[in-house]
Amino acid sequence: MTSININLADHLPNVEDLLKTLALQIKPLLQANTALVGIQSGGVWLMQALLVLLENDIALNGVEHGILDVSFYRDDYEKRGLKAENRPSQITFDVENKHIILIDDVFYTGRTTRAAMNELFDYGRPASITLVALVNRGGRELPITPQMTAANITLEASQNLQLIQHADGTLSLELQPSLSKLQA
Amino acid sequence: MNNPQLDADGRLRHLLSIEGLPKKILNQILDTAESFVGVAEREIKKVPLLRGKTVCNLFFENSTRTRTTFEIAAKRLSADVISLNVNTSSQSKGETILDTVDNLIAMHADIFVVRHSQSGAAHFIAKHVPSHIHVINAGDGRHSHPTQGLLDVFTIRKYKPDLHNLRVAIVGDILHSRVARSEIHALTTLGVPEVRVIAPKTLLPAQVDKLGVHVFHDMKAGLKDVDVVMMLRLQNERMNGAMLPSAQEYFKTYGLTQEKLKLAKPDAIVLHPGPMNRGVEIDSSVADGTQSVILPQVTYGIAIRMAVMAMLAGGQGG
Repeated sequence: MTSININLADHLPNVEDLLKTLALQIKPLLQANTALVGIQSGGVWLMQALLVLLENDIALNGVEHGILDVSFYRDDYEKRGLKAENRPSQITFDVENKHIILIDDVFYTGRTTRAAMNELFDYGRPASITLVALVNRGGRELPITPQMTAANITLEASQNLQLIQHADGTLSLELQPSLSKLQA
Repeated sequence: MNNPQLDADGRLRHLLSIEGLPKKILNQILDTAESFVGVAEREIKKVPLLRGKTVCNLFFENSTRTRTTFEIAAKRLSADVISLNVNTSSQSKGETILDTVDNLIAMHADIFVVRHSQSGAAHFIAKHVPSHIHVINAGDGRHSHPTQGLLDVFTIRKYKPDLHNLRVAIVGDILHSRVARSEIHALTTLGVPEVRVIAPKTLLPAQVDKLGVHVFHDMKAGLKDVDVVMMLRLQNERMNGAMLPSAQEYFKTYGLTQEKLKLAKPDAIVLHPGPMNRGVEIDSSVADGTQSVILPQVTYGIAIRMAVMAMLAGGQGG
């Protein structure tokens, strides 16, 4: 099952369906010495869903998991300062020589991935990092791109695609005007 | 009213005292410190936030623990650090405080960490510096020691997460203690319902009850059923001023022993800002006992100071 290409005219895809696509792509990667790492917040919600979807393979291979909050590694700190809400990163396993599957919700500029990789290396030297994103929205600014995505959605810079977690725990994608457009 | 500690958007610009800081900012500092605790437990105990920034420790009064933890905190944020013991530098040759500060600004310092024996020294420097420079008060006279107050409530929150359900006693020389003042403001702002102070009358400031605390002169009544005991250092120089009969006498009445600690709740924790006078305000068996969180306070002090510096230094690029 490969990723789907979506036009703006279409409805935004159902996250449950996208997760199933992603789980099938990730499944062959789950071997011994693998760990899933979700990037706060959306990446963590997706990781939690994948832990359920891939429960058997994860248990079989002893796959570990952790959480990254990249607040302390962002390249816009100088401009924007520290965001009010940041949560501790939780990497309790040894990163050294692990195959890391890094999970993010919406891949855009690549700057979050860069921050996440820098942080991971402060825990140890992983054997490899595979970047998995639910959606690639285009617009990367760095030579970084996800190896696996469930959907490609081409968006204007003025649009902001967000993964939302509802009170009942379900996830959905929502399109919002970006902050910079609101200010304009 | 213009609050020099906050910028026009309500963000932290200087940390001068706990007084005047909204609960939201205090919680933001504590929550951010929570994230920094984990950094110290990693292989590489550094984050790149303050890369290229210069933190200047300006200590006009002696300190080991505070200066060291500020220095470590700045280094773990990847800042460059200069620590000046001003007693031994140009000040002794007659330079004014502001001249010292201006010279360091000319050397491109970004954050000043200031300790001074005069109350208001950090405010004075904060009023003087240009807007891109930040000042942290590391203790001024009898007035304030905000990062100590913050690390104390952070430590309490670690062991007793529900602050809205706590009885806290602060014991000792409240009169001369900037630590006590900062602790009281932090605890009451964060919603601790009952803060007690226990001290002889000679070591309590006038109108101490205006701070929203319950006053006790007797350890037996004051320690009864408290969740947290915060001891203060008895400054030896107070002994000379006829405020107290003798260290032995003080220990007998106000020193924290195992026996007195039994009056508190069985799971009560004991804090002390250091440096301790063993056998004066605290017995060694309590200081080293299972209820003591005195060393965790030091560890958490680094996380608190990292959080404050990280909140101050970012967001200046427009």
